[in-house]
Amino acid sequence: MSIEVKNITKTYGKFTALKNVSLEIPDGKLVALLGPSGGGKTTLLRIIAGLEVPDKKPETDICFRGKSVLNAHVAERQIGFVFQHYALFRNMNVFNNIAFGLKVRRGKERPTSSGIKQRVMELIGLIQLDGMENRYPDQLSGGQRQRVALARALAIEPQFLLLDEPFGALDARVRQNLRRWLRKLHDEIKLTSIFVTHDQEEALELADRVVVINAGRIEQDGTPNEVFHHPKNAFVMDFLGNVNLFHGRADADRFVYEHPDTKNGTLERFFARPHEIDLRPDNPDGTCFPATVKRVQLAASVVKIELLDHNSKEIYVEIPHEEYGKFQFKVGDSVFAVPKKPIVFKEDYSI
Amino acid sequence: MRFRITEYFVPAILVTLTLVFLTFFLVLPLVTIFVEAFSKGYQAYLNAFNEEYAMSAIYLTIFTAAIAVPVNTIFGVAAAWCITKYRFWGRNVLITIIDLPFAISPVIAGLIFVLAFGKHSGFGGWFVDHNIEIIFAVPGIVLATVFVTFPFVARELIPLMQEQGSLEEEAAVSLGASGWQTFWRITLPNIKWGLIYGIILCNARAMGEFGAVSVVSGNIRGETNTLPLYIETLYASYATVPAFAMATLLAALGLITLVIKTAVEWKIKYDRSKG
Repeated sequence: MSIEVKNITKTYGKFTALKNVSLEIPDGKLVALLGPSGGGKTTLLRIIAGLEVPDKKPETDICFRGKSVLNAHVAERQIGFVFQHYALFRNMNVFNNIAFGLKVRRGKERPTSSGIKQRVMELIGLIQLDGMENRYPDQLSGGQRQRVALARALAIEPQFLLLDEPFGALDARVRQNLRRWLRKLHDEIKLTSIFVTHDQEEALELADRVVVINAGRIEQDGTPNEVFHHPKNAFVMDFLGNVNLFHGRADADRFVYEHPDTKNGTLERFFARPHEIDLRPDNPDGTCFPATVKRVQLAASVVKIELLDHNSKEIYVEIPHEEYGKFQFKVGDSVFAVPKKPIVFKEDYSI
Repeated sequence: MRFRITEYFVPAILVTLTLVFLTFFLVLPLVTIFVEAFSKGYQAYLNAFNEEYAMSAIYLTIFTAAIAVPVNTIFGVAAAWCITKYRFWGRNVLITIIDLPFAISPVIAGLIFVLAFGKHSGFGGWFVDHNIEIIFAVPGIVLATVFVTFPFVARELIPLMQEQGSLEEEAAVSLGASGWQTFWRITLPNIKWGLIYGIILCNARAMGEFGAVSVVSGNIRGETNTLPLYIETLYASYATVPAFAMATLLAALGLITLVIKTAVEWKIKYDRSKG
């Protein structure tokens, strides 16, 4: 294990940001800490970096490659930290920003000035900003600043790379490109990295592992595939994409619709993702969920349909264009929904 | 088109009022200083400086400022640093205490030192017993000046450093920089113009302070007379030309301060608009 975090609690006055969190980060992986803002993910990242101190408890510990760094200062932890708003040094140009971590070293550890120059120019090449080494941060675009911040963190050859909302302040297109670039970079240098994000798409696309954090606790820790297809609870399911809530009667291996008036046993709550719902114009055995079409959006890679169920609650459905072509539902049409993969959670959670 | 009286007259009246006010209360007094100083000719003006007491007053003023300004620069930076970069118990109390010299009358400030270091207090008694003169001597003047000019640097830096936050410092530390390296390479370059501005204001006040200094000085000519006190003494003894001649020095200091201040403000604005 590269990084081990054991029983971390962090309180700010009466507010508890993290409740007894434990986490293991395997070597060479790119891990996402995913969750809503205020959930504690940035606090956890800053505690790993040493920028925040966890509450003092006997069982609390942070280990890098098996060695405790709980009492080590930020400067001794050898981590590369990329800040959300870059935090570039405004009084230094790109070259000096990247060189900073090498220039502040003392004695034998400090590379010669030609060594520093070589390393910095290498990194400028890596972030594709050749010829821009004399620019100042205010003369760069958001994406360029982000890459300089990354190069500056990599210059010190850190043990780990920690990124706080690395693409948070960028517009959608730049974000996409930078995301792919970062994934490619990670595949090349294989540096164990953790990044914080509130964007589930970003986490699923970029990470080898996704840790879902909410209200100071880890909700689930798994591969993108696991957290998306096998969410542990309703929160994870809801946070990782749109989800619909149904009430139905369990019948063998599926759930069937039951008219609210017939009191035939209790109804159960279950969830289904928009792309795991079939739509049909008829209701042959009377077990499908009746609804009315409210809105159809064709301009996307799938057809997005908004329905209203018998309680006027919205249901979101996504079906392939060819599937849609068969029936061509219009606004106002009566349809019947068939959840293909219903998921049930034991504990209560309202969406 | 209807002629609208407000469009023309209101701005014209306001501008005229402001100009008249400024002329009477700022320009005329300033001109008067120079007119009076040179009223008996160039030679009389120079003679005013050819006095032993004049030179010692100038020397003492510079000496006092030379101690008060560096001391307050260091304490101002340190105070602004800990107030803006850390959260600690008593932080708000500290912010209030820094403003204290602005809030109380300089004469009261001087009196505080007379009472604290005078022979009647236990604290001051100790110094008196050991033959260390503080009140009615140079140390008292320096102490009073340091006290009165304390807020200038800190007040200038606190809003600036608050606005800049501590992200850059965090980044520097995460890259392995020590506290000193972070301060010299990151914090200081970021606050340098605000700092210079604070130092200029602090210096102007240190050289011009009258109230607090006059209480603690005891007004011994040639020993505990600073420039403002010396001017007062001259004027009180009807030595108008020397008094105004000395005053030209402080007026010139004020004018130079204003020019530097404007230049620094312009530079800050220029840097901001660039960034």
